Amino acid sequence: MSEKSIKEAKAASTGETSSQAKSHQQSSQNSSQKSPKPKKFCTISDVEINRLYTADDVDSSALKDKLGEPGEAPYTRGIHRDMYRSRRWTMRQFAGMGNAKQTNERYHYLLAQKTGGLSVAFDLPTLMGYDSDHAHALGEVGKCGVAIDTLADFEVLFEGISLADVSTSMTINSPASILFAMYLALAEKQGVSWDKIRGTLQNDILKEYIAQKEWIYPPRPSVRLVTDLVEFCVKEAPQWHPISISGYHIREAGSTAAQELAFTLADGFCYTEEAIKRGLDVDAFAPRLSHFFNAHSDFFEEIAKYRAARRMYYKIMKERFGAKSEKSLKLKFHTQTAGCSLTAQQPENNIVRTAIQGLSAVLGGTQSLHTNSMDETLALPSDKAALIALRTQQVIAEETGVTNTVDPLGGSYFIEALTDKIEADAMAYLDEIEERGGVITCVEEGYFQREIARASSRYQNEFESGERVIVGVNDYII
Amino acid sequence: MATEKKIRVLLAKPGLDGHDRGIKVIAAALRDAGMEVIYTGLRQTPETIVNAAIEEDVDGIGVSILSGAHMTLFPAILDQLKKNGVSDIVLFGGGIVPNEDKLALEKAGVKRVFTPGAPIADIIDFVRTSVKRNRSDEKLM
Repeated sequence: MSEKSIKEAKAASTGETSSQAKSHQQSSQNSSQKSPKPKKFCTISDVEINRLYTADDVDSSALKDKLGEPGEAPYTRGIHRDMYRSRRWTMRQFAGMGNAKQTNERYHYLLAQKTGGLSVAFDLPTLMGYDSDHAHALGEVGKCGVAIDTLADFEVLFEGISLADVSTSMTINSPASILFAMYLALAEKQGVSWDKIRGTLQNDILKEYIAQKEWIYPPRPSVRLVTDLVEFCVKEAPQWHPISISGYHIREAGSTAAQELAFTLADGFCYTEEAIKRGLDVDAFAPRLSHFFNAHSDFFEEIAKYRAARRMYYKIMKERFGAKSEKSLKLKFHTQTAGCSLTAQQPENNIVRTAIQGLSAVLGGTQSLHTNSMDETLALPSDKAALIALRTQQVIAEETGVTNTVDPLGGSYFIEALTDKIEADAMAYLDEIEERGGVITCVEEGYFQREIARASSRYQNEFESGERVIVGVNDYII
Repeated sequence: MATEKKIRVLLAKPGLDGHDRGIKVIAAALRDAGMEVIYTGLRQTPETIVNAAIEEDVDGIGVSILSGAHMTLFPAILDQLKKNGVSDIVLFGGGIVPNEDKLALEKAGVKRVFTPGAPIADIIDFVRTSVKRNRSDEKLM
């Protein structure tokens, strides 16, 4: 590189610093001058919120049926009678980096910190079905997760960990059947029978087209592969969850809360329909379906979303698919705090965001939780940040007292009205998807992708105009 | 006159990373700012990106990487530009890039690396300014 271009690069970077400093100054001045009141009061998903909620906002005669008791239909208040009084949520931190040996060390570290289950992050070549030495894998090997090319890699990944003792969540979609085959082979080698292994495959290909984009084959044959795994697990690995129906990525891609809820449920119902078409009894596989939601920053909206999710799932599994087993009707879910809400500016603030988001998931009755590390917008998490993230959950569990009673916000005028509202919005989306010919057709026609892009651009515009404040980014800047 | 011609930008996602929320927001913003924007879609190699940039006769290439592969992929794109004798296309980008990597990439010839939270107005300003500078260099020659 020539000396001249180095100078230019320097000049460019100096230019950035001074212009940023200027805009920071301006927005700090703005913040002290502007009125604190926005024109309208809306959730992060643009749902308008009233000044006050009263008994008039809640149909009290219907309330009893709409809520039920915890552990009873329609499960609005939670899927277990005693919730966290009898069993705390699983603290499940997603981890994986570099090679199998490094990730194995992180797992031993997390297990020593009393994490409840393992969660494997694979690198992009593994997720896309490429070997580490493939040309498309250039620069990506071991970057976003662990690189697994062979069964030998997989054996290193779980060295010193008995598959009989852990539950393992594997975030793998397109090549899910291959990685699961490795897990089964390892179990066999360890002398653990397949009916003893516990864990979850993400194996949710539909949300790949909708949001995350890590698909290999077209939608219809891909859904067939997903259904194959469901069928296999029903017959051979009955404690395994063959699909984690995932809204997390849909939300991260910019959807609203109602879209996250509706599109996720719609995906799950599509798999359910396919498995029934395969000749499986709904009550044979539905108890093994689990869901995965995002915990974003709008505290009450998120709690309402989880509550609405359980109620809708119950109703549709019962009425549309004729599920009878209680376990088929209960929506179980994992939650991860919102990576997209974290900021590179003043990253310590991310600890606070994550704590509040994690609390909403707990108040919403999650079965397991991943809390993000504060430094994820900057790089892969450091050990210290990963530990703070886990400790955040432990503080919620041990110190706040929120686990003492079930669904502590149930019956709040606001929470019940908001739960109804999100349910109604999500139901409208489900109807729209049906009218458009079902989930796969909507994927093929780009319907979900368009709806999400629209919501994401609305949010971005609110942020750019300053109508929506992100602390440390467009206001409260140091 | 060259300055009245619309700025043309190629936006690209190299590598296997499928996170395209950011690049779509940038595509819409640059378009709304009056530029001609071409988006390559996902999973491009450095070679296909540079070939597309040459064929489309763009003024700049904007690359988005959230997978951590930036220290390999940005230099690979710079290499491809060099190999093809291209000196009039500005390379910039954004993603989850630690500060020390950002500085190293900017030293190596990436005109600017934006990180999360970068105001869109700054990105638009940057493209306008750097492309203008680029064209005036061309005129001098």
